Amino acid sequence: MQLESVDVAVVGAGPAGLAAAATAAELGLSVALLDEQAHPGGQIYRDVTRAGVDRLQVLGDDYAAGRALVERFTQSTARHVGGASVWNITRERVIHYLKDGRSQSITAGQVILCTGAMERPFPIPGWTLPGVMTAGAAQILLKSAGLAPAQPVVLAGCGPLLYLLAWQYLRAGVRIGAIVDTTQRGDYLRALRHVGGAVAGWREVRKGLGLIRRIRGAGIPFYRGATELAVEGSERAEALRFRMGATSHRVQTDLVLLHQGVVPNNQITASLRLAHRWDERQLCWVPQTDAWGRLALDGFLIAGDGRGISGGTAAALQGELAALAAAHSAARLPEPERDRAAEPLRSALRRQLHIRPFLDTLYRPKLQHRVPADEVIACRCEEVSAGELRRSVALGCTGPSQTKAFSRCGMGPCQGRLCGLTVTEVIAQARGVSPAEVGHYRIRPPIKPITLDELAAL
Amino acid sequence: MPTEPLFRPISAATEPFIDVEFDGRPLKVPGQGSVASALLAAGVPRFRSTPVSGAPRAPYCMMGVCFECLLEIDGVPNAQACLLQVQPGMKIRSQEGARHAA
Repeated sequence: MQLESVDVAVVGAGPAGLAAAATAAELGLSVALLDEQAHPGGQIYRDVTRAGVDRLQVLGDDYAAGRALVERFTQSTARHVGGASVWNITRERVIHYLKDGRSQSITAGQVILCTGAMERPFPIPGWTLPGVMTAGAAQILLKSAGLAPAQPVVLAGCGPLLYLLAWQYLRAGVRIGAIVDTTQRGDYLRALRHVGGAVAGWREVRKGLGLIRRIRGAGIPFYRGATELAVEGSERAEALRFRMGATSHRVQTDLVLLHQGVVPNNQITASLRLAHRWDERQLCWVPQTDAWGRLALDGFLIAGDGRGISGGTAAALQGELAALAAAHSAARLPEPERDRAAEPLRSALRRQLHIRPFLDTLYRPKLQHRVPADEVIACRCEEVSAGELRRSVALGCTGPSQTKAFSRCGMGPCQGRLCGLTVTEVIAQARGVSPAEVGHYRIRPPIKPITLDELAAL
Repeated sequence: MPTEPLFRPISAATEPFIDVEFDGRPLKVPGQGSVASALLAAGVPRFRSTPVSGAPRAPYCMMGVCFECLLEIDGVPNAQACLLQVQPGMKIRSQEGARHAA
């Protein structure tokens, strides 16, 4: 069978992927962009070209700005392969993906991974109940289907996305029952050490502060410095319980939206056995790259949040840089031209990254909401609690692959996506060593479930 | 069984509703978006139960990562409802306990 072949395959159609694909195509390379969604935009610009005026109005200018990027991609010669779930990428750059119920393959000279971010797990009592979702999930419902909570909703945790969603809900006239913010006074003081970066990124900081001011000005109950979050309910969420200092609080609601930042979605780089390092500031694994985003495997590059969280604008710049590097490797862009084109991108990227230490410190998720008490479920798929993990460690397990064999933790359909970070941190704490020493799950293809029927169609 | 929906459309503009079947009963759902968003808007609070303890579950991430929205759609088990566009006439079943891929 003759495999379809392209110069560059891009995986993921968020800002990094769109910019990478458009740039590579504009340089004359043949490009295929594979994405799990039907329409380009990723999660941040999800369905941006399909949103009507009402929805754009509610979601704001930063969302609407994504239309320009999607348009640039659409006008390029890059081919969009939507609805494609990549289930395996070989080290020889053959990409296997599921589309329309059958497995298809494409081979590429260069692969640019732009798989973006996912919500950090938020393991607290009751987080598996129906009626508990991530803030990101609720925002996807708003972007893709124009849906918002029907009853007063409770937003809990910390981070820019939580406040942005609250602001968008206010604009849509949605009732917010309470915002339960885990950010504490000490976090502000620690973040101030990075105030230099905050000044450099002042526009972003001012925007964020403006959001919080408007939310508080709207008269919504706003609890700052909340601890010990727990969702109550038996068949579904009924209330959020938390503490403010010595006082216990309970807010009744049938919908709790959790958020404590996003982390790289590195299922593909992990399945390729590429080296990752533990980022102590962002509390996640990041693949090792050079400044272009080149990975330690010939013909593989990475751009965007999958490379470490830096936001949508930075992601697009990284996407362009990766495409320049790919074009150079393909002998289609001489070095001086590559470097000339990269220079303004690099300085724009530096400006974007200035603010990260400030944000990462201010919204560092709390230890008690990352490394939970014994009774809290860490692995949602196989219902393995933090206590079971600790018992496995007491029996001699030193890393995630061993606790997996002992408890099935990480063996469910999500393949460790939702529990990976929790498992690493729980084991690290139980052993009294760093997460870097504990390591992460070994990820094996298929990284998406595939049936024999789908495989037979290959 | 459908109850008061957790989510509703922000715009008063009448969305086209379509007919699907959920657990053997007819259900009207918004015709735009994924199977998961359509069911949430139609008041389906629970999508499946876990293979281990039978605990109720519903969509958590809406972006294909958590696998909590697994349903049986037109006879195919383990379908990620958040990644599939809803279609008229779909026969959708909640997924109780373990289902093995064919």
